[in-house]
Amino acid sequence: MPRRDDLETILLIGSGPIVIGQACEFDYSGTQACRALADEGYRVVLINSNPATIMTDPSSADQVYLEPLTVETCRRVIEKERPQALLPTLGGQTALNLARELALAGILDEYGVELIGARLEAIERAEDRERFQALMIENEIAVPRGGFARSLDEAERVVAITGFPVILRPAYTMGGAGGGVATTGEELESMVAAGLRASPIGEILIEESVLGWKEFELEVMRDRADNCVVVCSIENLDPMGVHTGDSITVAPQQTLSDREYQAMRDTAFRVIRLVGVETGGSNIQFAVDPGTGRQVVIEMNPRVSRSSALASKATGFPIAKIAARLAVGYTLDEIVNDITGTTPASFEPTLDYIVAKVPRFDFAKFPGADTRLTTAMKSVGESMAIGRTFGEALQKGLRGLETGTTGLFGDQWSELGDDALAERLESPSAIRILLVAEALRRGWPVERLRVGTGIDPWFLSQMARLAAVDVSAGHEGLPADERGWRGLKGAGFSDARLARRWGRTEAAVRHAREGAGVRPAFKVVDTCGGEFEARTPYFYSTYDPGDEAVPLAGPKVLILGGGPNRIGQGIEFDYCCVQAAFALREIGHRVIMVNCNPETVSTDYDISDRLYFEPLTFEDVWAIVEKERPDGILVQYGGQTPLKLARRLDEAGGRIIGTSPDAIDRCEDRDRFGRLLTRLGMRQPSSGIARTAEEARREAARVGYPVLLRPSYVLGGRGMVVVRDEPALERILGSVLQVSEEGPVLIDEFLEGATEFDVDAIADGERVVIGAIMQHIEEAGIHSGDSTCILPAPDLDPGIGTALREQTRRLGLELGVQGLMNVQFAVREGEVYVLEVNPRASRTIPFVSKAVGVPLARLGAQVMVGRTLAELELVEDPDPLAVAVKAPVFPFDRFPGADPVLGPEMLSTGEVIGMAEDAPAAYLKAMLGAGVDLEEAVRSGVLLSLNDRDKTGGAEVAVRLARLGVRLYATRGTRDALQQRGVEAGLVLKVGEGKPDAVDLIRGGQVGLVINTPLGRASPYDEFALRRAALSAGVPCLTTLSAARFAVDAVRTSAGRQDVRSLQAWMGQVVG
Amino acid sequence: MPVSAAPSALVALEDGWHARGRPAGAAGTVTGEFVFNTCMSGYQEVLTDPSYTRQVVVMTYPLIGNYGITATDGESPRPQVAGFVMRTCVREPSNWQAVEALPGYLARHGIVAVDGIDTRALTLHLRDRGALRGVLTTAAMPIEEAVERARSIPAMEGLDLASEVMPAAATTEGRGPLTVAALDLGMKQNIVRRLDAQGCRVIRLPGETPAGEVLALEPDGVFVSNGPGDPAAVEGAIRTLAELARRAPGLPTFGICLGHQLLALAHGGETYKLKFGHHGGNHPVQDVRTGKIDITSHNHGFSVREGDGRTVAGAPGLEVTHVNLYDGTIEGFAHRERPLFAVQYHPEAAPGPHDALHHIEAFVAAMREGV
Repeated sequence: MPRRDDLETILLIGSGPIVIGQACEFDYSGTQACRALADEGYRVVLINSNPATIMTDPSSADQVYLEPLTVETCRRVIEKERPQALLPTLGGQTALNLARELALAGILDEYGVELIGARLEAIERAEDRERFQALMIENEIAVPRGGFARSLDEAERVVAITGFPVILRPAYTMGGAGGGVATTGEELESMVAAGLRASPIGEILIEESVLGWKEFELEVMRDRADNCVVVCSIENLDPMGVHTGDSITVAPQQTLSDREYQAMRDTAFRVIRLVGVETGGSNIQFAVDPGTGRQVVIEMNPRVSRSSALASKATGFPIAKIAARLAVGYTLDEIVNDITGTTPASFEPTLDYIVAKVPRFDFAKFPGADTRLTTAMKSVGESMAIGRTFGEALQKGLRGLETGTTGLFGDQWSELGDDALAERLESPSAIRILLVAEALRRGWPVERLRVGTGIDPWFLSQMARLAAVDVSAGHEGLPADERGWRGLKGAGFSDARLARRWGRTEAAVRHAREGAGVRPAFKVVDTCGGEFEARTPYFYSTYDPGDEAVPLAGPKVLILGGGPNRIGQGIEFDYCCVQAAFALREIGHRVIMVNCNPETVSTDYDISDRLYFEPLTFEDVWAIVEKERPDGILVQYGGQTPLKLARRLDEAGGRIIGTSPDAIDRCEDRDRFGRLLTRLGMRQPSSGIARTAEEARREAARVGYPVLLRPSYVLGGRGMVVVRDEPALERILGSVLQVSEEGPVLIDEFLEGATEFDVDAIADGERVVIGAIMQHIEEAGIHSGDSTCILPAPDLDPGIGTALREQTRRLGLELGVQGLMNVQFAVREGEVYVLEVNPRASRTIPFVSKAVGVPLARLGAQVMVGRTLAELELVEDPDPLAVAVKAPVFPFDRFPGADPVLGPEMLSTGEVIGMAEDAPAAYLKAMLGAGVDLEEAVRSGVLLSLNDRDKTGGAEVAVRLARLGVRLYATRGTRDALQQRGVEAGLVLKVGEGKPDAVDLIRGGQVGLVINTPLGRASPYDEFALRRAALSAGVPCLTTLSAARFAVDAVRTSAGRQDVRSLQAWMGQVVG
Repeated sequence: MPVSAAPSALVALEDGWHARGRPAGAAGTVTGEFVFNTCMSGYQEVLTDPSYTRQVVVMTYPLIGNYGITATDGESPRPQVAGFVMRTCVREPSNWQAVEALPGYLARHGIVAVDGIDTRALTLHLRDRGALRGVLTTAAMPIEEAVERARSIPAMEGLDLASEVMPAAATTEGRGPLTVAALDLGMKQNIVRRLDAQGCRVIRLPGETPAGEVLALEPDGVFVSNGPGDPAAVEGAIRTLAELARRAPGLPTFGICLGHQLLALAHGGETYKLKFGHHGGNHPVQDVRTGKIDITSHNHGFSVREGDGRTVAGAPGLEVTHVNLYDGTIEGFAHRERPLFAVQYHPEAAPGPHDALHHIEAFVAAMREGV
């Protein structure tokens, strides 16, 4: 069927800020969709509040609205742009929900907007659990068996059908109260009694337990002519009970026979047809009883998902791009498979390799969080790897995580006793796979581990073979011949792991291996198992002999990506890498991309001239460098990941382009950095370094409290803490921070009350152009990534502004920066301090690029290959297009038990932008984008609970709130302080002081906003309870006075109605 | 050459390509035409498909044996391939149905197999050069000798292999009210299962049973099965089909794979050898009449030649109904006037997707109409 000509303008909704469970995979899908629709000649209108995305680049869509993802904003955009269709299936759950709300609110009908891809009916059928279950049962598709019971008798009748174990869920209770798993008749009896008591209506849902069953997913596509294909099957290593996003998964499925697999495929097609997803991709999850092979459908996502991104990268089949084409009328056979260039997309990819996806967790940042893996997703990123054996894929995936592991095996658990090991194996965790490996090294039988973990014996026996190799490699030492080497490397053992086993250096192992003639070969991902010639240069390394990669001809640059997402290093760096690829290709360079993050745009095979899907370790990257011999390696755009490799690549003879590794080192090495600033006559907070607890005490006293403590090597402020006095220091040294000779601790003067500024700039060695100066709304001490920031800086004294620009320029010239740089300043009482210089792409580059309308990352890349800023026509510092506010988004709701309070350690996962004519409007927009309607919140009543330092300032805020007529509540000390300023507030008891207390007040819905400035990590427990209560009630909680001040001012002065304006419109007119 | 202590196996092709791996089945030396199969699962069905007679099958998916051998997934009572080449043969299977691990099964049935071969490299070679004759041996054979032996075996063209695998005498399976006379040229068991499930009694006849004997059974329909080798060489079956067309033009007739080719030949059509054939479970086939696409299971090295305007060359009575979207080859035809049709691929699947099962249903429906 041909392209639909009745459509002209199509609206796409993005997924907003990066949060756990919804990450940059939707930038990947949205970008593909935008490009595909634009290629088809449609006018594309996009709404997304996330500035760090490629899809919100002005070149991605005809009109890009960087606006909050709310029904009201969408309505305004629809009113303005008058699209004929809305494609809701490529922006994750956010877009799907929003589309649903727009439809239900009648807005789509009002403006004649058609939902394409999935109609409202289909969305409802898939998303409403009860309707979905009923639809399945009606059509005799197996779902977990079960039924309702009002008595023990009825319960026993249900169990007669389901068998044990069963899960009991009392109806209308919160958070699973009164429920649980019954495995025997006795347990059933007592639990039914308890459950009936707990349920207000005396009813229990009893379902067969599928915990521990095998978990599978199928990625299915359907077109208007009802052609269906399975793009990819995925099998979870962790059984049912662990969210698939937190599970190690492999593709294709391994342990189903063809007969079983085809039955699953048939069911998947029936499901997509019954639900009625007309076109595009859907994801269908299955559980399979390992004992009987019984298959049940768990759920279906009627949209492109995280798994679709994985499936696309795993197979080379671009699901999002094809879904977009299908939505506008094409059928699968009318779309060419890009990879072969000759065959159609109406086929099912066949793999001749194994793909492993391994999740990455950041639990260390959330002390108190429950680290057990459950059905709620907790991982923040993932690495994917491709190999010809399971071991190769899994071990590459693990080392790609950059969590310090060199593969499946390590020595860190050798001290752990067998009992402790057995106990830790019982519950799923971030490291369980490594513990399983340790147990296998100890020779534990597969069966014992199967019983303990529920992991299928296939995976366990594969790992047992690897364990045997790890053990024997240690005994036997270096292989005698090529065959021996290939055995080790083909099983995925890294040089680093072998070096450890043999007590040698990694370099020595590499030399010995290369001496034996063993280097990786690079094979092509071609969707067809080699049946057709592939045109698409998408490679992975392996130790099979057949090498298919012929080095690219012409001038070429290798771009190292950022690896798995993590807090502190996410989509912003992928944005930069992709921009670099675009920019360099534009001026005739060939671009080679290396990355292992399947969620990204950078790992799309048509972004660069060649893609190597490989871990970003020295071994893996160097093999590519040796193969391709690039003219330059770009390490400054992928965050810390490539930077950590820069020195070794440089020493090994790789040519790093742009700012030199030495200049980077001058900024990262503390002593050299200090000398640099002294030489330039710039100030920095006084500081010291401590290798013993005694030194820490002495240095802290010398620097003067409060001090900022951190380990000497940090990313995203990991382990940073503000210490206000010596007793606090003692507590920290005893618990959180270990000081040692190898792990010294840095002690910095903490600039209490200072204002922080971030400067992004671009330099070509001769000239430095300032992209923007951003002001942090939170005072110094809050990690810059977690701080709300605003440009132009509202409180910047012109003289200080000049000083910041001047210092940035001098730093850029002194360091010989060629490319991007970021400088963080603190200003206190007119005094400028340099906190950090990062001569590389910063987290704020995408935000600044959009706010000033200058593609800094692109220009930076061109500078790195020798263009001058004059040639690029960027010689003046640009003016902002608008007032722009960047607000962070936090994952606290995922970590019950962790304290939702900001500090020097970065905790946010994503960000949103708000652009407007003035600061209050921009701030409110940003907050709205982050999910907080501040005007509404303030109107609903504000609870204040302030520490002593903030009581005076807080009273000022309260005065303004009172003038707005806002109902105020305060805890005792705060109330007293307010009273002194003549502001009345209702007294609220702290937790522990009696009932009803602050938590009750929040739960009772009497408060819309909490302003709580904490005493610090060592604060009494009641504050924590207060913040958690706010969080779980969905009440925003501001934990810094400066943010509170800004928020109240914004509400006070905002005009109310918020206009929507596209980025293209902003770029057409520049405001002061 | 240094002799490694570990046992090794050798793959050598007629053009000199060779690689060493590990024995993964029976010991011995076998020859055959090397073809690659792109199915990711279904190795047991592949091994037991009689159409692979005298072929050495190279699996492109690198892990073979994951779920072991089951009691129910055989397409014939024993493996039929001449030899089996894998990247990795999995020795510890995991599946509730597994009764045996793959290497033991192969050894027990005397199938020479190898793993540790870069099957992708071998596949790319076969793709570029076309299917090649070759040797697979676990003996200590010099490469030159192996290549020589590869060159000495007959090419697939002109080989009547169906007569080697067809049954010697008729047998009956299934219980339905309808009677299908099946010309068995190496028929896959799942075709019988599927017909049975649709209410057919299947009389499996030797593939070259004369037409008179077929008609004497008073069947409701005639089925022509899959099978190995060059269709043009299976002269007896072609004669039978031509005669059936003359004597019983209204008899519902359906052919799969080799059966498809033989029906074309019996109606005056031609067949030719494909470069490396179709062996896999992901080929898109389009019904040219409706535009509908099925993802289909394939195993054939020969194809029916297309004439002008969607006809079968030389057989004006036959209309092309299905084409392969990968390479445009004919995948199915139907007689313009009679209830006779055939497909080149495998609607019975096993291994592979079930999208094309409707052909079997259509055949059964045609028989019901005739009753």
